[in-house]
Amino acid sequence: MLRAGNRDHLHCLNPAAEARGLQRGLALADARAFCPDLVTRPADLAAEAGFLRALCRWMERYAPFVAREGADGLVADITGVAHLFGGEAALRADLTARLARAGLTVTAGIAGTRGAAHALARHGGGIAAAGAEGAALRPLPVSALRLDHDTVEGLGRLGLKRIGDLMGLPRGPVARRFGQGVFLRLDQALGASAEPLSPDRAEPHFGVRMALPEPIGLLRDVEAGLLRLLVRLCAALARHEAGARRLRLEMRRVDSSDAVVEIGLARPMRDPQRILALFRKGIDEVDSGFGIERLRLTAPLVEPLPPEQYGRPRPAGDEPLADLVTRLGNRLGFGRIRVFHPEDSHIPERSFSSRPFASLSAATAQPGAPWPVGAERPVTIFAPEPVFPAPEIAEGPVTPPARFVWRRMQMATARATGPERIAPEWWSDDPAWRGGLRDYWKVETRQGRRLWMFHTPQAPGWHVQGEFA
Amino acid sequence: MASAIDPAIPTLRPARVHEVTGPGAVVFALCQAAGLKGPVLWLTPDHWPEALFPTGVARLLPPGRLITATAPSEVELLWAVEEGLRSGAVGLVVARLDRPLGLTAGRRLQLAAESGRVTGLMIVREGAGSPAAETRWTCTPEAAEDSTRMRWSRIKNKKGTCGEWQVSLHGTSHSVTVVSATGQRAVAAREGG
Repeated sequence: MLRAGNRDHLHCLNPAAEARGLQRGLALADARAFCPDLVTRPADLAAEAGFLRALCRWMERYAPFVAREGADGLVADITGVAHLFGGEAALRADLTARLARAGLTVTAGIAGTRGAAHALARHGGGIAAAGAEGAALRPLPVSALRLDHDTVEGLGRLGLKRIGDLMGLPRGPVARRFGQGVFLRLDQALGASAEPLSPDRAEPHFGVRMALPEPIGLLRDVEAGLLRLLVRLCAALARHEAGARRLRLEMRRVDSSDAVVEIGLARPMRDPQRILALFRKGIDEVDSGFGIERLRLTAPLVEPLPPEQYGRPRPAGDEPLADLVTRLGNRLGFGRIRVFHPEDSHIPERSFSSRPFASLSAATAQPGAPWPVGAERPVTIFAPEPVFPAPEIAEGPVTPPARFVWRRMQMATARATGPERIAPEWWSDDPAWRGGLRDYWKVETRQGRRLWMFHTPQAPGWHVQGEFA
Repeated sequence: MASAIDPAIPTLRPARVHEVTGPGAVVFALCQAAGLKGPVLWLTPDHWPEALFPTGVARLLPPGRLITATAPSEVELLWAVEEGLRSGAVGLVVARLDRPLGLTAGRRLQLAAESGRVTGLMIVREGAGSPAAETRWTCTPEAAEDSTRMRWSRIKNKKGTCGEWQVSLHGTSHSVTVVSATGQRAVAAREGG
């Protein structure tokens, strides 16, 4: 059952329900009236789409071009491949038998055009010989032509219920009433106008598995097995010029429970030995129980990693650094390992950003890149801290207080450099800058500390925001 | 980068773990990092309120060389320090410690530094040094005519003498120099260790 809007209706039903006269799209309340003991479950469209994708991948055993057709169909271009399976009829029988063995109910149609195959598959299945599409389609209802619901209903009101009824009609009046779509679909089904098939380019799947004849439990054995899987996985990654960013190792114990080790990598990589070293800590913590009988290794997240030419200058020590960040990131979290990046803003807090190391690729990370150096800035920065006592409002130019208390320390100003006026960015409403303009001063105290202080003329007061060398 | 470090600046013995205290500790760590090669791993506890300001740091060290990391607890922080030292992938590991380091932990970090050939520098609170540290420094900015004057004093040294240096940071030439001793100055620059 599927909920669309405020209405539940039947999405999919089993043969027993069909035998009772229910059909797809029927409202659930009506269906219950027909059949009070109806058992329903909510439809899971995402899972259905996922299953169809998997089936699409499986279908590539029959033909190179396979695509999804609607939410519940697959279409394959079997031009030139049918003889490999002993002809079209044998291919269709083989396909139906295999899917039936897997517990699926399928109907398959083979025809010279995509439209005709679609119509046949959805109305009982069958094979239309090349050139005989017209004869095969003649008795089928108009809805088989992939027309929308309103058009089908409109045609029905005119008495045009079968495709055969449409074939001999003068085209002008029908097209004027229902649009060109009707005859376009008819021509596509009959082969009068071409319709290409664009296959779903199957996403390469990076996963390998290994079943073991005897359960294993020793760390050394698991590592040996993992290394073999890694070699195969890395070969697959190398074929697709990709590198793994996240790896997941599932270990099925003999009692059917899974132990999972997942690692993230700071840089895409496909070197089995280096990845194995990074897995070591995770595997060590796994309880093997009564033994592990199956290993499965997948790379849920991959990034392009093109092959590199030897001798290309690259930052020295980049690989050990990536390994270090991987180890730190897997324990502390990759978001905590960050690098600085300059930003174009005159507001001190916004003149830089710190980004996760792992979000930068090796090519964009520039450890020696020059940094824009403007006016003198402190080396540390913190949230503005008010100083005491608050100054009296005085006439004339404002200068830093001669004595003040900061962090419970008595300070006396020896020299002050400034002011440098920084205005808030009018286009961004930063809560920290609601106080308005700031006049920044470098205040050298007699105690030695050199502070970066600012005065807000609109709300008189002094704050410390940073410390110089 | 226009950052130049005076060769007379006292340097840290490589592949050992050192300690620094005082208000000028951050600048000391940045100056030491500028004299070393490779990236710098800068570790702080999560809750630490002060952060490095890269625009100001740029005068001493290209901020791109800094890799900052925060740790949720003391144990995680020390684990990260050890990983950084042992990996050999960075030039310097700087960590800010909240509490004094125990003898075992300190010794462990020394061994990690030796095996990875990486120098470590712990920024500790005043008087919270660890007995395992190779050297300990106190860095304080000083009020003087020169507005960047600092006093760096080595207050502990396992394999040498202690000493005191007057250091200046030149804003225009982006360089750090040891200021020569003058007759009037109470504390003369002495070479030690």
